[in-house]
Amino acid sequence: MDWIEFPSLGRSELLAIRKAVDGAFRDFTRAYGEYLERMFDPVQDFLVFLEHLLINSPWPIILIVFAAIVYLLSRSIKIAIGTVIALVLIGVFGMWENTMRTIAMVTVCTMLAIFVGIPIGIFMARSDRVQAFFNPILDLMQTMPSFVYLIPVVMIFGIGKVPGLIAVVIYAIPPMIRLTNLGIRLVDPDVLEAADAFGSNARQKLVNVQLPLALPTIMAGINQTIMMALSMVVVASMIGVRGLGQEVLNAINNQYLFIGLQNGLAIVAVAIIFDRATQAYGKRLQKHSEVVHG
Amino acid sequence: MAEATGIDVKNLYKIFGSKGKEMVQLVKDGMSKTELNEKHNHVLGLNNINISMPGGKIQVVMGLSGSGKSTLIRHINRLIDPTDGEVLYGEEDVCKMSKDQLREFRRHKTAMVFQKFALLPHRTVMKNTIYGLEIQGVPAKESEERAARWIARVGLEGFEDHYPNQLSGGMQQRVGLARALTNDADILLMDEAFSALDPLIRMDMQTVLLDLQEELHKTIVFITHDLDEALRLGDKIAILRDGAVIQQGTGQEIVLRPSDEYIADFVKEVNRGRVILVDTVMDKTKTLEGGLTIPSGIMLEEAAKTFAETGQGEASIVNGDGKPVGVLNVQDTISAMVTPATH
Repeated sequence: MDWIEFPSLGRSELLAIRKAVDGAFRDFTRAYGEYLERMFDPVQDFLVFLEHLLINSPWPIILIVFAAIVYLLSRSIKIAIGTVIALVLIGVFGMWENTMRTIAMVTVCTMLAIFVGIPIGIFMARSDRVQAFFNPILDLMQTMPSFVYLIPVVMIFGIGKVPGLIAVVIYAIPPMIRLTNLGIRLVDPDVLEAADAFGSNARQKLVNVQLPLALPTIMAGINQTIMMALSMVVVASMIGVRGLGQEVLNAINNQYLFIGLQNGLAIVAVAIIFDRATQAYGKRLQKHSEVVHG
Repeated sequence: MAEATGIDVKNLYKIFGSKGKEMVQLVKDGMSKTELNEKHNHVLGLNNINISMPGGKIQVVMGLSGSGKSTLIRHINRLIDPTDGEVLYGEEDVCKMSKDQLREFRRHKTAMVFQKFALLPHRTVMKNTIYGLEIQGVPAKESEERAARWIARVGLEGFEDHYPNQLSGGMQQRVGLARALTNDADILLMDEAFSALDPLIRMDMQTVLLDLQEELHKTIVFITHDLDEALRLGDKIAILRDGAVIQQGTGQEIVLRPSDEYIADFVKEVNRGRVILVDTVMDKTKTLEGGLTIPSGIMLEEAAKTFAETGQGEASIVNGDGKPVGVLNVQDTISAMVTPATH
């Protein structure tokens, strides 16, 4: 009977749709690809600069600077010492350069995610309509397999650092946006009313009340973004991003257990350093609310 | 300081709901709060409020929860927009101000103290106190000098660098009061400012407020659900029920002549000795030569204390110039202090 088979489109129709979509996108790529690529030039320049800086500086200086940054963020000697030990081990096992590449990549991705994500989060918090618009997009970004959006990214940008950067940012930015939005929406309405009663304008409310009170939540978002960016470096290495991820990919392809494990652990070590430092910083931001008087 | 300007609330209506404007006429035609809610699903917040709040005095608005008192105070700086009516500050109608005018009005003419303090938790006491000045764009140094004075005045000297969470409730509200006073505005809006504090600290804060008012003479609108607090602070009291004013006048007027059962019930438990003036009870037809004198304008309790201390049975009430204006005896004093309201 007729209805046993699903009434699917015919092969020729599907082919036509496919051709239309692919063709349209190819045309778009030809027309605007170069322009888009040039738009990202400053980001690429910065990434290259940072990478060279990290790789070409003498390692003791890098070690001291990292330990100092981690200490300033966390105010914890323990975490700073842990950072030094982890980095020394990474160096001993010959992964110094790749680790620096990965750190540079993750740093630039996180900065990009912050610059783009926080303003979007603020807009979402201001209006329910904007929130309703962005929420499904964020859902899509978080559930769509990353390989799928690698296709158009590679079509436009080819293989290299910038497409890797974009892929990582798409994957890592949703928690930044969501938690900024959430943090601002959770600000105590009584305090906002007080700000209104004293005649604050919208900007003053944002800068004096909403952002500072949302900051711990926003910090949690930054932390999540960093973690997700790190977990993306292996996938990003498939489109030519160099670093620890590339070695892992190499190990998968050749079944080198030790190399895979070694580079995987280096990624974990970097993740732990970033995580502990940012979390401790986030906690420090909430110091004012710790001592609660009965 | 120039005489403070009063606030005139005229024919003010607030109806919560999407079609509030259309409902005003129904309420004006006499529809009740319950009926409006059942038939049209709109909530009547304020019903034809008319209060003339005197400049430089403390106007108390009293009512139980849900009576609309917090809604009313938020109309004075328009944190809530009215459905109909006027809130006049001098010649200006707050309800007709543009956004910018309203912001300026809030910055320079009003300051507010909140029930739940509403301090900025991430700022120190000092930074909280200068908040209003910071918003106005006053330089930090000048703000801090002005704030330091008020911090000291409310008794928080030495706590400038503490965070609100490190302070007790009473101290937090002192910060709230200092923040409002530093703004140096004519109008001080106090929304159940002391309700969250325990009784002793509440008394304490009332004293602080009365002391301050003695020198500042601001136009204070004070919201409370506590009659004792209302009687202690209020130069004028308005009692709200279901969004409408059911009686207004001085504390003594309300205690002596409650306008209905509801208010009579309320004032039954009041310490009348602290509300009724000797002038109300004294015999104005007589005067006394020599003997004990009691100044006019004090409360019965004070007079009773004088009687008890001196053991006399009669005293001459004298006005500010020392002229006798009447005679008060112990018998009348005691009966006025204990007689429940007859209604």
